[in-house]
Amino acid sequence: METRELIKSGEILISHPPHIWKGFSTAKIMYIVLAILLLPAGAAVYFFGLHALWVMLSSTATAILVEFIIRKLRKKRFVMDGSAAITGLLLALTLPPRIPIWMVIVGSVFSIAIVKEAFGGLGYNIFNPALAGRAFLAICFPVRMTEWYLPGNFAVDAMTSATPLSESYMYEGTKAAVYKDLFFGNIAGSIGETSAMIIIIGGLILISLRLIDWRIPVIYIGTVAAGALIFGQDAVFQIFAGGLMLGAFFMATDYVTSPVTPLGRSIFAFGAGVITLLIRNYSAMPEGVCFAILIMNAFTPLIDKYIKPKPFGYLRKRAKLKIKDQVKV
Amino acid sequence: MTVIRKKGFTNGIRLDENKKSAYSPIQIFKIPSRVIIPLQQHIGAECEPLVKKGDFVLEGQLIGDSSEAISARIHSSINGVVSGILKIVNPSTSTIINAVEIRAHENPETHLHNRTNKTEEIREKASPAPPKATDNIPSAADAAIDDTITFADDILKASDDIHYDRGDTLSFNTGITKTTDDITSYTDDILAAVDKIPVIRLLEIIKNSGIVGLGGAAFPTHIKLSPPAKNKIDTLIINGCECEPYITSDHRLMLEYGHEVICGIYIISRILKTGNVFIAIEDNKEDAIINLENIIYSLGLEKSFKIVSLQSKYPMGAEKVLIYNILRRKVPAGSLPFDVGVVVNNVGTSRAVYDAVIKGKPLIERVITVTGDIESPVNLMVRIGTLLGDIIESIHAPKDKSLKLIFGGPMTGFSINNMDFPVTKAINCILVKHVSKQAENNCIRCSRCVSVCPMNLMPLMYASFVKNNKYDACREYYIESCIECGSCAYVCPASIPLLGYIKTGKSVLARNN
Repeated sequence: METRELIKSGEILISHPPHIWKGFSTAKIMYIVLAILLLPAGAAVYFFGLHALWVMLSSTATAILVEFIIRKLRKKRFVMDGSAAITGLLLALTLPPRIPIWMVIVGSVFSIAIVKEAFGGLGYNIFNPALAGRAFLAICFPVRMTEWYLPGNFAVDAMTSATPLSESYMYEGTKAAVYKDLFFGNIAGSIGETSAMIIIIGGLILISLRLIDWRIPVIYIGTVAAGALIFGQDAVFQIFAGGLMLGAFFMATDYVTSPVTPLGRSIFAFGAGVITLLIRNYSAMPEGVCFAILIMNAFTPLIDKYIKPKPFGYLRKRAKLKIKDQVKV
Repeated sequence: MTVIRKKGFTNGIRLDENKKSAYSPIQIFKIPSRVIIPLQQHIGAECEPLVKKGDFVLEGQLIGDSSEAISARIHSSINGVVSGILKIVNPSTSTIINAVEIRAHENPETHLHNRTNKTEEIREKASPAPPKATDNIPSAADAAIDDTITFADDILKASDDIHYDRGDTLSFNTGITKTTDDITSYTDDILAAVDKIPVIRLLEIIKNSGIVGLGGAAFPTHIKLSPPAKNKIDTLIINGCECEPYITSDHRLMLEYGHEVICGIYIISRILKTGNVFIAIEDNKEDAIINLENIIYSLGLEKSFKIVSLQSKYPMGAEKVLIYNILRRKVPAGSLPFDVGVVVNNVGTSRAVYDAVIKGKPLIERVITVTGDIESPVNLMVRIGTLLGDIIESIHAPKDKSLKLIFGGPMTGFSINNMDFPVTKAINCILVKHVSKQAENNCIRCSRCVSVCPMNLMPLMYASFVKNNKYDACREYYIESCIECGSCAYVCPASIPLLGYIKTGKSVLARNN
């Protein structure tokens, strides 16, 4: 009786059901997202040259290293699940093309050490680490964080250019030409945000693999477009310019910092759209995606508390029943 | 058109079916030399033992009964002698309960003699002019009696313990004297005979036979079949979904015991006085659908018996999900299917009802699937109380480490490491599986558990609340609506044992109240 012996030796496992597992682990999800993020990363190198590659590599490597060190300091298990790499890469994609590497490292350390690990690590952070890191850099180094360059111009003394969303930006050529540049990415901006096409392709892959909920990008972008029409602006320009595409597909859809229910996510995306519009139209900043998503991140616990799906067979009579019971007592 | 095909049901998950034993006919497992029969195998009160150490017991003899309203009788599954009343753990409630341990007796002559005497005593009581048995086989005498139904009544009233005689008691309640087990040729006669038995009598037989739901929940069937007067029952659903992977016991029953199953359903529908019967089968069991459809046509029952072919999705066989998918009626949270005018029974239960009413045989055996990572997965007809060790010995269990022995299916069954654990009425499968230990990672709030939950709950919340001992908060998220299907934990990327946390939360809340 081999099995009897196994029992005696304690090799028979005891656990809660279910005893089968789909096997689609956190690490698998993260690595698929990371692979899809290589699309905008490749575009960044194509448009902004090798420096963009160094920005992304330093940010990603720093993120993984910092997470490893902090997990060890906190005496917690370090899981190589790719989440730190995603944070590092996403942070890099939101940075301007000529940012010094040391600033990138500062931002990456802040993202992982303060925003992610200080709150308890993966799954416990309130704010999207990459966006919070970017916000931190934008506040600390406002000048270097708003130096935009036109793509393809790798010369050291290249002229800076205004971001398309700022008031000083001038249309050059026809509207159609501007749309084309915005769509394909031949425009000044953060290294990973300029090509709407590449980001949409990546986002559609994520949606088709059911890795992200379609509601967040669709409602977020839809809200911004509708708002732009109300404000009398160019809706196409508003959705393709700036960080909206990257934010809507890759930042707002972050599992940890967005609500878990379909309705909650819709509210979250709508809120982010409204705040983006408000910042773009009424604040001193030309771009609002980063702060809009961060503000909605703060609302996520509240949304999850109040937007609960009604369970199957839920009865509204519950309140009445309670009153009856009290009378009886 | 008796087969209705339904789609729908957006929640729910597709699982690898792994129905390895689907083509393995039901084999009769040997009568074990020792059985342990728990006195609580059902939802409801634990039975009191009616036997003591050293007593002789017969196959089918009543050994446990309870005066509580919700309970089910327990019968001995073998001939033998009681070797002790043991304490064992009931895995579904995690409480200590009594169990009767019976060892098969070496000298069957002794108790056969014993039994004949007892039977004759009862016969004298039952009938003013008892026909004298010409030999020691009492059933031959039974068959000779004209008014068998009245006779059965009296016998049942006189004693519930030995009204069962294995093999040839078809005559018992029906007056049919054929002794073959193959009932295909005279099912019509059985149905006609069933029509003559009063409903109250049918219910009594079911109660006396200790029948419980054999799908897994083990709710006493006689209670399920006597709904409160305020609820009008208009529909009977027979659950043949078998939505869990690996298990094939109901599938084989529908193929091999189709006539018995249909007769059982007929009896149940007669008790409920409903002509609206749906037999729910998942579309991965097309052969069972065809078999039952043919039987229904051959018996002319196609007006009231309809087969519903459902998508193979988990948890299709869960009562509330099933009712919703067939009738689009939602059973209110905290209510029973009675409240929407529906009774759901399992196909295995239907066959047990047939055995009880037609054969006079209490629930002492059932079909289980023995499967998993073993060489030859099989379906076995085993006696209740057969020990896990006996069954494991008969198969080639793998020698590897990290083995799991699971009673029940892979999604809801419980793992066990005690070879002396018995098969109970609620067990439909023994699964031997290799499982690698999965480390529990942090929840990344991906919401996969939310989107698969058939009850529209937020399972991730329960995990964090239970970890932080905030049990009352679980209730704000409707933890009591959970049907414990395990879908959430199955899809969880962080391999968090969500169902474990839910069960913990539920039991703590139940204890606090």
